[in-house]
Amino acid sequence: MTDDFMGAPQEPGSQWYDHEAGPLVRPYAMTGGRTKPGPAGVRFDLISLVTIDPGVPGTDDDTALGPEHRLLIELCRTETQSVAELAAGADLPVGVVRVLLGDLLELGRVTVSRPVPPAQLPDERILREVIAGLRAL
Amino acid sequence: MVSEHFDAPDGETAALALKVLVAGGFGVGKTTLVGAVSEIRPLRTEELLSQAGQLVDDTDGVNHKVTTTVAMDFGRITIRSGLSLYLFGTPGQDRFWFLWDELSQGALGAVVLADTRRLEDCFPAVDYFEHRHIPFVVAVNCFPGARTYGADDVSRALDLDRGTPVVLCDARERDSGKEVLIRLVEYAGRMHAARLLDSVS
Repeated sequence: MTDDFMGAPQEPGSQWYDHEAGPLVRPYAMTGGRTKPGPAGVRFDLISLVTIDPGVPGTDDDTALGPEHRLLIELCRTETQSVAELAAGADLPVGVVRVLLGDLLELGRVTVSRPVPPAQLPDERILREVIAGLRAL
Repeated sequence: MVSEHFDAPDGETAALALKVLVAGGFGVGKTTLVGAVSEIRPLRTEELLSQAGQLVDDTDGVNHKVTTTVAMDFGRITIRSGLSLYLFGTPGQDRFWFLWDELSQGALGAVVLADTRRLEDCFPAVDYFEHRHIPFVVAVNCFPGARTYGADDVSRALDLDRGTPVVLCDARERDSGKEVLIRLVEYAGRMHAARLLDSVS
């Protein structure tokens, strides 16, 4: 049947779904339909940095974690990652990653840095460091 | 906050990330600029759009795509361990303004890329950052074959607030991109200092 699909003219409604139809598993199926992170008030900025607690044991024995949760933990294992990097690395939409990270935070698997509040931006010493760092690139 | 470790009070573990937005019209070179200065290949993150999540579970949606994905390209520059700069190319289409609001939250500043052949393409970005008092520089991407204008001409044509830097650049060149970012960080520092003075007077 898939062989026919390539060449045969398609009748409306009879074709297989291809990439145009989007992923066959709806993205929010991975979160059990939740579209907002669990713990109230937690906001994951795209540049919030996610670190795994080195003291936390492996993920094998934890039934609360789905494959996507484990993937995120694996991605953080080598180095601290931003939410944006995790989404790109796991190939998941940012909204889905936010929900999954909310779970991991609740379970104490990860720590998440708070983005710098705009009112405190930017520390002059930090900015000088950034400028020096850029020049040295 | 949960990420703070008491055994390292010098801030070694309190990693800091700064955000810079790269805005401008379609095809002006936003991703090119991000790629030129980023130490990683520009990554792509996708945001699913649906109306407050109410449509995402709609099973009829297989035939009628109800969610839209918006891609944002981003790159990273590590200044030192624990201090990095993230660059986000903003989605070009006007209908994604609300994503800009999230992106610009806590942003250090923005680069508005302009092409002198279609200067009007960057008007919305200039308006956006001016209204929200987000420090930005206008970087004129000097395309080969385009007539060259001076920074002053561009500044006048865009009716920029006094002091807003205009830099001529080549978005493909790493050094040129670096220079744009340096000008932005310097300017953001000046803007911030001025605002602090305002708040105490």
